[in-house]
Amino acid sequence: MAGRSRQSEPGLVQANRENWGSKIGVILAVAGSAVGLGNFLRFPGLAATHGGGVFMIPYFISMLILGIPICWVEWSMGRYGGSRGYNSAPGIFTVLWRTSYSKYFGALAILIPVVIYMYYVYIEAWCLLYALDYLSGTMSWIAEQSGLEVQTQAYQTHFDRLVGMQKNGFPAGRTLIVLGFVFLLNFYLIYRGLTRGIETFCKFAMPVLILCAIIILGRVLTLGTPNPAKPEANIDNALGFMWNPKPDATGSVWGNLANAELWLAASGQIFFSLSVGFGIILNYASYLRKDDDVALSGLTASAMNQFCEVCLGGMITVPVAFLFLGPANLTKEVLGSSMALGFNALPAVFSLMPAGRWFGAIWFFMLFTAAITSSLSMLQPAIAFFEEAFRLGRRASVTCLGFVVAMGGLVVIYFSKNLLALDTMDFWVGTVCIFMLATIQVITVGWIFGIDNARKEVQRGAELWVPYIFWFIIKYISPVYLITIFIAWCYYSIPSKIAELRALDVEDRNTVLFVLTFLVATFIFFTMLIYLSSRRWRWDTSPDPDVEKVIP
Amino acid sequence: MTAAGWTVMLLSVGFVLCLTIFCFYRVLRTPQSNQHMHAPLDIDTHDVDT
Repeated sequence: MAGRSRQSEPGLVQANRENWGSKIGVILAVAGSAVGLGNFLRFPGLAATHGGGVFMIPYFISMLILGIPICWVEWSMGRYGGSRGYNSAPGIFTVLWRTSYSKYFGALAILIPVVIYMYYVYIEAWCLLYALDYLSGTMSWIAEQSGLEVQTQAYQTHFDRLVGMQKNGFPAGRTLIVLGFVFLLNFYLIYRGLTRGIETFCKFAMPVLILCAIIILGRVLTLGTPNPAKPEANIDNALGFMWNPKPDATGSVWGNLANAELWLAASGQIFFSLSVGFGIILNYASYLRKDDDVALSGLTASAMNQFCEVCLGGMITVPVAFLFLGPANLTKEVLGSSMALGFNALPAVFSLMPAGRWFGAIWFFMLFTAAITSSLSMLQPAIAFFEEAFRLGRRASVTCLGFVVAMGGLVVIYFSKNLLALDTMDFWVGTVCIFMLATIQVITVGWIFGIDNARKEVQRGAELWVPYIFWFIIKYISPVYLITIFIAWCYYSIPSKIAELRALDVEDRNTVLFVLTFLVATFIFFTMLIYLSSRRWRWDTSPDPDVEKVIP
Repeated sequence: MTAAGWTVMLLSVGFVLCLTIFCFYRVLRTPQSNQHMHAPLDIDTHDVDT
């Protein structure tokens, strides 16, 4: 009775309402930070170009034994490093693995977000350009063309022209202006420390994006057979393309699953979309209090990501691409980049929707908003590094970083033919380097920092009990899985990568080699900076009271 | 779509939906979750120049 009478007090009702509001705010903030272009553009592109249903098997295995466990590991590593006074990856690696060379692993954790930012900001600009094109009526003009095939072709031509797919060189003035605006906007927000304001905006924008996606999904599932001249291009077959485990030429599904690059791409996508093995979580978690939760926060971010990726991104873009572009066109060679799929395929659906023009504008603008939260977080690890390594102020650090990413950004936009520079960076950094950093992190935590210490660290302040099976997975299964895939990929796929490179014409080959040289040079640059400031990360030799000694 | 395709789809979507609902439920029933649960951009990096 007492409880009931207390509930009826107006002050308590108000407090309860605010409490619920703030809890929903937590979910929306997590969703706002977690959801990005990886969910709606990269995942569908990868799933479509890697055989649809077959891709989903390694994808879910990677999520369970890599994505979620390593997400917890990374949050706890960062928080542990932060509690010892370090916010940058070299410092965090030094406190976890007390040797003079462990800090150099941090170079990878700085390189990855910086390089991904270089091309991510370009895709962010495409989203804004598409939103503007919908608002200005350019896309409506294409939608008025007679015949679905003509329309689809016109959408592809529009995209090709916008990004300069046909030849290298700087794209059309409009693209360059919008890209410059987006690039400067990111730096202005981070320079002025306004990222939390953007996060607040995203709490409102994210439900709109998800609502838009659900409405589009409803339209896609009721498309039936959009082109009666092609009865095989129906929604049943389109969903089948996304979900059926496809056999290889010999009729075996296992034969298709034996492709190491498929497993590398699936694991890479899990890391990319969950921001695991990226260096971002490592840095942000270092600012948490010692008793802040990492287990439930990490799992909620992963769940929201998977919801947007599998239930929305995959269910919309891949079936739509099958229906309008046809399965024969869903190859990397045709699309140029897996990131291009959403821009080629989705406008066809908007043209078949009532008020499609406004829907398209809202969709691409919301995508742009979701992308901004991700790109801002990519800048923070390098800023923390400059601040910690050279004791620079935030604005000086932002300025230094601005020069580095501007150089990389110029490389991406100049070598736009078939989006070769973007795709090369996305594969070697957005997949291979992330994979390598995740392997280093899981071995560092499982075998050097110690799995018992890691368990205590994750469970400190946790709102979720992590089952013991996950500690077994982190110590044994994740490293073995990662190393096996990597060795298999090196053995089977590197020769084919070299053959692919040789088969390219001279201009394309030189582009790929130039981009690879640029990536190596950037890595050496960050390694040199760590070497120059190595005194900053001398570790304390006294035993850490929170950590039990690991006996190998 | 084949039977295997339906199975993969229902298991995948079902698993992701269950995980999302479970997380929402845990966040909503955690007292003061906004005090010690954070999203990356929600975290104060304490490094703004004055």
